[in-house]
Amino acid sequence: MTTPADNLSTAGAGFKSLSLPSPLRTALNLVVSLLLTFLGLLFVTFIIGRVVPIDPVLAIVGDRAPGHVVERVREELGLNRPLYEQFAIYVWDVLQGDLGTSVLTANPVIEDIKRVFPATLELATVATLFGVLLGVPMGVLAGVYAGRWPDQAIRVIGLLGYSIPVFWLGLMGLLLFYARLDWVPGPGRLDFFYDGLVEPVTGVLLIDSAMAGEWDVFWNAASHIVLPAAILGYFSLAYISRMTRSFMLEQLSQEYITTARVKGVKEWRVIWVHALGNVWVPLVTVIALSYANLLEGSVLTEIVFAWPGLGFYLTQSLLNADMNAVLGATMVVGAVFIGINLLSDLLYKLLDPRAR
Amino acid sequence: MSSQAQNPAASGWRAWLLSASPASRRQARLGRLYIAWLAFQSNPLAMLGLGIVLALILVAVFAPLIAPYNPNAQVLADRLQYFSAAHPFGTDELGRDIFSRIVYGSRLTLYIVVLVAIIAAPVGLLVGTTAGYLGGWVDRVLMRITDIFLAFPKLVLALALVSALGPGIENAIIAIAITSWPPYARIARAETLTIRNSDFISAVRLQGAGRLRIIWSHIMPLCTSSLIVRVTLDMAGIILIAAGLGFLGLGAQPPLPEWGAMISSGRNVLINQWWVATVPGIAIFIVSLGFNLLGDGLRDVLDPKSGGQG
Repeated sequence: MTTPADNLSTAGAGFKSLSLPSPLRTALNLVVSLLLTFLGLLFVTFIIGRVVPIDPVLAIVGDRAPGHVVERVREELGLNRPLYEQFAIYVWDVLQGDLGTSVLTANPVIEDIKRVFPATLELATVATLFGVLLGVPMGVLAGVYAGRWPDQAIRVIGLLGYSIPVFWLGLMGLLLFYARLDWVPGPGRLDFFYDGLVEPVTGVLLIDSAMAGEWDVFWNAASHIVLPAAILGYFSLAYISRMTRSFMLEQLSQEYITTARVKGVKEWRVIWVHALGNVWVPLVTVIALSYANLLEGSVLTEIVFAWPGLGFYLTQSLLNADMNAVLGATMVVGAVFIGINLLSDLLYKLLDPRAR
Repeated sequence: MSSQAQNPAASGWRAWLLSASPASRRQARLGRLYIAWLAFQSNPLAMLGLGIVLALILVAVFAPLIAPYNPNAQVLADRLQYFSAAHPFGTDELGRDIFSRIVYGSRLTLYIVVLVAIIAAPVGLLVGTTAGYLGGWVDRVLMRITDIFLAFPKLVLALALVSALGPGIENAIIAIAITSWPPYARIARAETLTIRNSDFISAVRLQGAGRLRIIWSHIMPLCTSSLIVRVTLDMAGIILIAAGLGFLGLGAQPPLPEWGAMISSGRNVLINQWWVATVPGIAIFIVSLGFNLLGDGLRDVLDPKSGGQG
């Protein structure tokens, strides 16, 4: 029998390595937990793939195929083996970058994902920039004027971000800024006559066109990304400004702030240099998390703006019952999610000496 | 509830509720609820949220009395009409009255939210309290599973699940419930860890209570208030995900008047008949705002420790 106290400590260590005996052990813990989470991720996608009512064999041979053909294809796909063997094969394939073949595009799923992912990355990055550039100053203002009207106004803006369906806001944005005011171009990444002018190197249009010196294409791509990125960025703005506010409140009540003020440091310097300087460290984690969340928001935004990214690919495959593509895309999103969370943890440890 | 102030007997009730020496458990419990209500009442935004949620429930219950038309009655001669006295929110591409569809759609929204909460919250509570109280390898295994589910963005996992289960409102509810329980397990576990070593738990244990009994009747009740706050705050997110699934054609199927699906069908006529997609979006927005405000208010009253944290 273990005592309750040491039960508690082992549970704590397994859950979030709070006690740090040695850097090596921490790193080992991290790697093991990462591997387990990834394996779990694969297990979930594997199970989803197995409960699906579409029979993958029938999807290939059609429902009029004779019995022996069905049997042979079943064997070729490894579907006659026990489940744990199938799972092992699945993990092995995924580790080698084999996510199966998409029924819809007839390409390997991994190739499709490589092709569409940069578009999502571009959208999410510009959206995060938008969220940080507006959200941080708003959060600082809300913290400085806590309880007064700027704080209330910013709180309302944030609350709206938590309550509005992103796809609806996207449609309203298109209606107003595209159809009525004609300030921005319509859906898509480029106007069609610019399509294919730039050789995809990174797949990120803004970078590719700038590198090729095709500034026409660059400005066209920029004008296309403004609205979807602003809509998507609004949701990260809501989160970032709220967290910045609470970090600022925490810093502003510290003694070093009073000291700085007493020493006659100008108020703007106290706020934007002294206090904000210390807010950046926890804020990095928040920004990374909001970046990961944008992957989710981008699914619906991409549909509304016909943005040919991962979310668009995922839903198109879904509507066409292309299970390999759906599970591949889900797995990639999950893996990126885990990766970003890990990165934010590591950054936090790097930036904050107390967390080392 | 609030009308008690005008009631002549109210002062007697008030004294009974606020009594410093309650005579029974029930009196003490009701008294605490009353104090929480007084605090809640003084927050206008929280009251607005409560009002919105109550209005949603009333509209859903009395939908047949409120809606002027059958939500699925198609009058093709009247399609895509602008706001008018006959059709306050206009008509859609099949000539159905949008107002009536919004009213009936509130039933679907409420149905989804309530079912997801009823499925996900107890699962999270059970997993979290068990992991927290038993500790050891049970804790590690359960929390590892929880972390795996947290590793997926909610909407993406729900999409994959719906693709496996097939589109439809029941499957959407199951998918959302499967993606919703992990945060509840985390919260319940954290609460359990703070409770499990308290003296009263040791006292119960010394009296010979088994683990099941301790978890069921001494730990779970103490976890409920923070869980209620979290569930209420999550309801807005649940509504948004359900609407997203409906928008993608994977949630409620036509002709059900689900708000997300209504936006999707209005998308085709967005430029010229903007109201078809706009009105259901406003309905979703108001309802999820209501749940957010209510959740914020409840958090301030029931769970002041975690104030300000998302």
